[in-house]
Amino acid sequence: MEKRREGEPTETPGPQPIEADERYRRLVAGRSRFAWTLTCVMLAIYFGYILLIAFEPEMLARPLGSGVTSLGIPLGIGVILAGILLTAVYVRRANKVFDRDLDALRKDYGA
Amino acid sequence: MSRWPVTRTALILAALGWPAIAVADALTGQTEQQAANWPAILMFAAFVLATLGITRWAARRVRSASDFYTAGGGITGFQNGLAIAGDYMSAASFLGISAQIFADGYDGLIYSTGFLVGWPILLFLLAERLRNLGRYTFADVASFRFAQTPVRLFAAFSTLAVVLFYLIAQMVGAGQLIKLLFGLPYSYAVLIVGALMTCYVLFGGMIATTWVQIIKAVMLLGCASFMAFAVLWSFGFSPEALFAKAVEIKTGLAAAGGAAPGEAAAKGLSIMGPGGFIKDPLSAISFGMALMFGTAGLPHILMRFFTVPDAKEARKSVLWATGWIGYFYILTFIIGFGAITFVASNPDYLMPDGTLKGGGNMAAIHLAAAIGGDLFLGVVSAVAFATILAVVAGLTLSGASAVSHDIYASIVKRGEANSADELRVSRMTVPVLAILAILLGIAFEKQNVAFMVSLAFALAASGNFPVLVMSLLWRGCTTRGVVVGGFAGVALALVLTILSPQRYGKPYSVIRTRHSPIARRRSFRCLAAFLAIWLVSLADGSGRAAVDRAGYPAQRVRAETGIGAAGASAH
Repeated sequence: MEKRREGEPTETPGPQPIEADERYRRLVAGRSRFAWTLTCVMLAIYFGYILLIAFEPEMLARPLGSGVTSLGIPLGIGVILAGILLTAVYVRRANKVFDRDLDALRKDYGA
Repeated sequence: MSRWPVTRTALILAALGWPAIAVADALTGQTEQQAANWPAILMFAAFVLATLGITRWAARRVRSASDFYTAGGGITGFQNGLAIAGDYMSAASFLGISAQIFADGYDGLIYSTGFLVGWPILLFLLAERLRNLGRYTFADVASFRFAQTPVRLFAAFSTLAVVLFYLIAQMVGAGQLIKLLFGLPYSYAVLIVGALMTCYVLFGGMIATTWVQIIKAVMLLGCASFMAFAVLWSFGFSPEALFAKAVEIKTGLAAAGGAAPGEAAAKGLSIMGPGGFIKDPLSAISFGMALMFGTAGLPHILMRFFTVPDAKEARKSVLWATGWIGYFYILTFIIGFGAITFVASNPDYLMPDGTLKGGGNMAAIHLAAAIGGDLFLGVVSAVAFATILAVVAGLTLSGASAVSHDIYASIVKRGEANSADELRVSRMTVPVLAILAILLGIAFEKQNVAFMVSLAFALAASGNFPVLVMSLLWRGCTTRGVVVGGFAGVALALVLTILSPQRYGKPYSVIRTRHSPIARRRSFRCLAAFLAIWLVSLADGSGRAAVDRAGYPAQRVRAETGIGAAGASAH
């Protein structure tokens, strides 16, 4: 086997002991489900918006009230705000829940 | 369309992945040298002095390779978020997107949304894993469980290719911008940029590079906030009043151009809805995909994730970056409409034929003059130029680390190099890259900058990005799959971009049709690399492949938990 880089901990290949730990499995599965859910929500919002532009441009150009401001403007800015909001949702949950579980695991398996 | 070829090119290419382009593109248009602009030159001189001061301060802190590459991992999430935002809010998005809105109104917002949504996804799927696995370069991550030499060779090759094309584009862009804004000759600009970036990187490493980027981001956000505030203030903080005035001016322009009243009114109102930019769903989806893949393959962006101490800070930096970038895009939207109301009908800023003085991408610059006079125009010009400086510094650093960390330390020395030698090799590489960039920048003065940038982007999205994703997320991925697939993606990107019609077009008549198949081809290219990695890995029955697959659990545990990664930043 090839030499690892300098400073690299020598990890043993193959199954890792931590993988048998129920807490690890729950953390990884939960986090992965959460991350993929948010990814899907983001993609759905963005591609929903893009497809609306492709299929219903007139709808986006329609004024909201009696003025000229169109529906497309709050929607477009909404996509940007949704991106920021989803990022914040992930960071909040990761800081509160995932990090706490991770710290417990780190203690037991050595950081 | 015919009146705004430059902007169009800029933004279509920006659509190919990255906003840093438009500067360059701004500059493919007519850039006759202007009279020397003293406020701009003085402002810029002040910026240079401040950044050189920081470099001096940083130089005393650069003692090891780790300090040089990643600021010792000591950048906070907030600082890194600003630096990433700085990388992203180039003069390109500032000048290019506001110019797109100035020309067509609503369509500019579609670009902004595309640029933004890549960030949350990068956070959900990649950011923490990158921090947990990597140390200095993205190759650390891509080669984690694979044979070091071939994967690092690929990563170094692809990094240097991306960096070089991107550097040339920025150099040419800087030269054109300086000519336009400051009234200095082209070659001066290229030499100034080359000399300054060498100083920042050689002496200050990642510490100076990050702080230059942060200062620039703050300056740019400050200027853009002031402009948007001034625009809104003049309309009593009513966006409706701003939009109504913009529609009225566009209607007036159309009528003056000979349109019938009804037609002119429709044309005026068209800036409030999507134009012809996205038509069919296929090009819509590939456009969106292209935007997302673009960012995540650029080596100097990926490197920023190694400057923070841990996954938690990496996560925070994406939140800050996304927040600042989103705020910035909302500002550019207001600035673009503000430019319509202040600039589009003001003869001071127009050529006799009704186009903007200095080219289509000057809308925001003229708006700065309209609301803040010559002094503010100087400030905004200096900020636009500072932006280029900050980006080239980051590029140079990432090129130098590919040579010293991936080639010298990992391949030549087989991971046994000491930190001092590695640092020396990085520092020797910096002037070499700078001289190369200066010479090529001068040689390519007349080259189509947008083409160079699109090439850099294509390489990053079709090589680095698929390699990174597959090695991180797929157990079955092997050394052979990554190397064959990565090189195939890069080769395909090179060949397709060089064969594409824009290569031979006039500099600013590059893209004729708005929804040209380029975006589609690009995502296809990216998918081709994914497919190649997948097929080659599946068919790989070598002994190395067994080692690669057996290494996945260890890689996964470290990517998920960071256990074992602590030493990565704290040495």
